[in-house]
Amino acid sequence: MSTVQELLSGFEAHGQESCFHGRHINPQIYADLDGRNWRLKDYEARDGYKALRKVLGADGGQKMTQDEVIATVKASGLRGRGGAGFPTGLKWSFMPRQFPGAKHLCCNSDEGEPGTFKDRDILMYNPHIVIEGMAIAAYAMGVNLAYNYIHGEIFTVYERFEEALEEARAAGYLGENVLGSGFNFELHAHHGFGAYICGEETALLESLEGKKGQPRFKPPFPATYGLYGKPTTINNTETFAAVPWIFRHSAQEYLECGKPNNGGTKIFSISGDVEKPGNYEIPLGTPFPKLLELAGGVRGGRQLKAVIPGGSSSPVLPAAIMNECTMDYDSIAKAGSMLGSGAVIVMDETRDMVECLVRLSYFYMHESCGQCTPCREGTGWHWRMVHRIQNGQGRPEDIEKLDEVAFNIMGRTICALGDAAAMPVRAMIKHYRHEFVTKIEAAAKQAAAA
Amino acid sequence: MISEATKERFALAVAKYPAEHKRSAVMACLAIIQQEQGWISQESEVEVAAYLELPPIAVHEITTFYNMDNQKPVGRYKLAVCTNLPCQLRGSLQAMEHLEGKLGIEMGDTTEDGMFTLQECECLGACGDAPVMLGNDRNMCSFMDNGKLDTLIEGLRTAEDKA
Repeated sequence: MSTVQELLSGFEAHGQESCFHGRHINPQIYADLDGRNWRLKDYEARDGYKALRKVLGADGGQKMTQDEVIATVKASGLRGRGGAGFPTGLKWSFMPRQFPGAKHLCCNSDEGEPGTFKDRDILMYNPHIVIEGMAIAAYAMGVNLAYNYIHGEIFTVYERFEEALEEARAAGYLGENVLGSGFNFELHAHHGFGAYICGEETALLESLEGKKGQPRFKPPFPATYGLYGKPTTINNTETFAAVPWIFRHSAQEYLECGKPNNGGTKIFSISGDVEKPGNYEIPLGTPFPKLLELAGGVRGGRQLKAVIPGGSSSPVLPAAIMNECTMDYDSIAKAGSMLGSGAVIVMDETRDMVECLVRLSYFYMHESCGQCTPCREGTGWHWRMVHRIQNGQGRPEDIEKLDEVAFNIMGRTICALGDAAAMPVRAMIKHYRHEFVTKIEAAAKQAAAA
Repeated sequence: MISEATKERFALAVAKYPAEHKRSAVMACLAIIQQEQGWISQESEVEVAAYLELPPIAVHEITTFYNMDNQKPVGRYKLAVCTNLPCQLRGSLQAMEHLEGKLGIEMGDTTEDGMFTLQECECLGACGDAPVMLGNDRNMCSFMDNGKLDTLIEGLRTAEDKA
């Protein structure tokens, strides 16, 4: 007999399948990880914290100015890895550095976009890379207090990050007078408790303040009015994790390992109908068929039907379109979808797209925070209509009504959850309308026969 | 009543935030209560509110907004199976059906002996490990095929510390 804790721990994954499979291409964030080497001494052995030392002039060199740090990030072409792809250096430049009061920095590790599981492996197996990236960002923006908001469901990852923070504090990378530079920086971990909406940056701030995670109206933007009403910058975990490499090498090298306007590597979380689901870190601009090949191809030798290329909120793309895409912000946008968080959900030829949409619609209905009527009501309409189509009770007018409801949600809500709920519906109808029609016609025939 | 030991845990959570913003620790305090007591009663909400100097409604808003708060007592083991699309494509519905059959209850219910509560949940952020399941809010169980689910359930039924 074993204890409950031992028993439950026995079912934990250890990253062999998702991260340490050796099928990354020129990785920067996942490079040389094995699951055991997450501690500070291991990170330092991989040149960890050298970027921070360089920025702060801790090894005898010239300390970089805040402007130089921001200019370097701008030149690297790094774009936000959380979904929107906004240029990171530009975002950092929005912070009013001369503002005399408190300013804050937040890491968005509330990874709940269906299909996404990259930040979990970063925080679990390379936590110090995030701490180092955040310290550099904090220095550049004149921030002294920061938080990492971690998805409530990955509690062991939260505990791991707390342990890494203790190591960093003990070694002088956090706290008063970091590495003797005169820069003070404190960083804490904060865990959520189950709400998809808290991945939205202003909902995250509300939640961090101890409130319901309901997004704020923008403007004012967080750079003006953020956490506790103070100027705040929020970046995704992977964005911070990309920063140290840029300073250890150069902005130019980072840019060159991607493609123009799409610098660096990106971690793609591949799930669904592939032989080897997992995280794959590859240079931006890698062709989709190559990524699919890394993931072992479509499961069971079946044909590819469709791909949701950037998390459940991004519009689905049929195989023929997807096979022509490269994996970067611009190519996927041109094809009519979004690179989003880099969560690639693969569906094979046997999949029923209406069935897939039923579950996604249910998710958005469940996770709508209820603040804006178009989203609160519209997501419910969507689910009820898709659900009845799937269950043989669809009506001929439902397809147009689905599209109309989606149209009436988009752009009419405080945050992007409304658009995120509407876009999958519209894309499914656009590309797989015949599947909806077939089910509705079958329902009509059955009704006529009864 | 909140014990002194619990209050010490609360204090560690509160210490992360500026003194005038201890409200930020509300979710951490509720998670501690839930870990110790299994659920968050109205009495606990009032106690947490008093500790953080908040109106009780401000705490109640949290328990009713966030998915992981147990607003009612649950079984000794809360098993939350992700059924979102990426998991659905890799057998999460079969996992749910298998658990329903094995435990003799339906999704959302608790076994008569109070041992197990079975829930459906939204994305746990571990889609590559599907089917995935969260045990008692803190333990992610990955690649849960029927064999592993059997091992888990039988193991929990005979585990030493049933506290």
